[in-house]
Amino acid sequence: MAYLRLSQIPPTEEALVEARHMLGLDRSFPVQYFTWLGKALRLDFGRSYVTGKPVLDEILYYLPATLLLTGVSLLLTLVVSVPLGVLAALYKDRIPDQLTRAFAFFGVSIPSFWLGFLLVYLFSVRLGWLPALGRGGAAHMILPAITLSLMSISINIRFFRASVLENLHHRFVLYARARGVPERRVVGRHIFRNSLIPIVTAVGMHLGELFGGSVVVENVFAWPGVGRYAVTSIFNRDYPVLQCFLLLMTGIFVLCNLGVDVLYAWLDPRIRFGGEEQP
Amino acid sequence: MTLLRTLLSGRTTRLAFVAACAVLLVALFAPLLSSWDPDDIDLSQKLQAPSREHLLGTDHLGRDVLARLLHGARASLGSVAVIVAAILLLSLSVGSVAGYAGGMVDAFLMRLCDTFLTFPTFILAMFLIGILGAGMTNVILAIVCTHWAWYARIIRGLVLSLKTREHVLAARVAGTGQFRLVMRHILPGVFPQILVLATLDIGHMMLHVSGLSFLGLGVQPPTAEWGVMINDARQYIWTQPQLLFYPGLAIFVTVMAFNLLGDGLRDALDPVGETGGWGK
Repeated sequence: MAYLRLSQIPPTEEALVEARHMLGLDRSFPVQYFTWLGKALRLDFGRSYVTGKPVLDEILYYLPATLLLTGVSLLLTLVVSVPLGVLAALYKDRIPDQLTRAFAFFGVSIPSFWLGFLLVYLFSVRLGWLPALGRGGAAHMILPAITLSLMSISINIRFFRASVLENLHHRFVLYARARGVPERRVVGRHIFRNSLIPIVTAVGMHLGELFGGSVVVENVFAWPGVGRYAVTSIFNRDYPVLQCFLLLMTGIFVLCNLGVDVLYAWLDPRIRFGGEEQP
Repeated sequence: MTLLRTLLSGRTTRLAFVAACAVLLVALFAPLLSSWDPDDIDLSQKLQAPSREHLLGTDHLGRDVLARLLHGARASLGSVAVIVAAILLLSLSVGSVAGYAGGMVDAFLMRLCDTFLTFPTFILAMFLIGILGAGMTNVILAIVCTHWAWYARIIRGLVLSLKTREHVLAARVAGTGQFRLVMRHILPGVFPQILVLATLDIGHMMLHVSGLSFLGLGVQPPTAEWGVMINDARQYIWTQPQLLFYPGLAIFVTVMAFNLLGDGLRDALDPVGETGGWGK
């Protein structure tokens, strides 16, 4: 079938009927859906229309590259945005705050595919410091990870700044200062730990954004991940691949958010014990 | 009018307002601003450097880059306008019905929203386009599908809190009909916050539209669109990097203008600044 497609030979009527029957497309929609669902529950997502191999195997082959990219980007997001967010909040309306906020504004407005090309142009074409495309050592990781994480970094900076600001004027902070707790400790223990809670949720939600962004970034940098594979599958009309891709990414997303909820309870005993918040 | 005055009191917001209006005007009057047809292919003139005739040069098919940039504003703003209108229509009706009716209707509609909210938005949009086929209409459909539920849920919350306000109760006691009650007494209270949210989201949606077009799933070439232009130019990064530069800059400036405008609008309408934004 792939051969026929590639050589663009118009299929005969019998071949069409046969192919439809083979793929189960001649049955009614509900039947097709429940067959698919039943198989999907047993982790059988069917075979790719193009290669004829089981879809799950194909996707699992590409998945590690994507998880690596999003994982590194998530780490980068946290490492950069948390300190900057705290800095902006502690120096509200002063120079560090203004600079950070300007940076965050740039970050949310810049299209990732354009940023990717700018970075490639600067560091690969002009300076020749970093490889432009593909996957390899750590050097291949740098540009895609920066490109992917800039948007999340910027959103998180703002989010974290707001979260710290909210905690800055709580009574327990005032009380800690009043009883002479050193400023470092006030910021670290009283403000920072409380600000972490909403951030953990935000990070969970951002994972979806990172997965989506990685589709674009993988295409810019020819990164051999699932996102790139899925886009190719769209052009090939390889529907089983797409179904499995959506289900798998959503599954990972949901599981991570479940993990976040558990972490949340661990961070905040008020949630664990279901008590009311004390002002 | 006072709103506009408060809005324009900040220097950055004023600049953003001017930029956004400029893009809007460009989109409206694109054919008048450049004498070149954006789809006019002339292979003998391909990859020309900027000159008097072609102010920003020509692309790989000899099309005038400036004309394509100007016409690209139409695709971006036009699609986002349709998207925002459709989302508001859908989410305002679902959100207000759910919030006002409560009970089973509310529970059903909110579970429906939750279903949509489970998926990572860009991935779901991509999937929908993969099934429906590439093209502008399907991009609009996909983005509306993936974003309306966020709005519906927020609107429901606002309606819920407004429902028990005194002016609504008074109107109800006075015998106002249900439809009129929602339209005249509840929705006007919802609208400002949703306006802020939508403005803050315009930039985000523009990035989605051009990102999908860049992947080849959105606006189809030869139509001039900024994401498509970047995709067309990517193979010339070694020789003609300026072809990549202009369309990206156009997206960047436009998105930035709307983000700043949304921020200013929020500050003007809600000085305490608790509506949030950018949150996804």
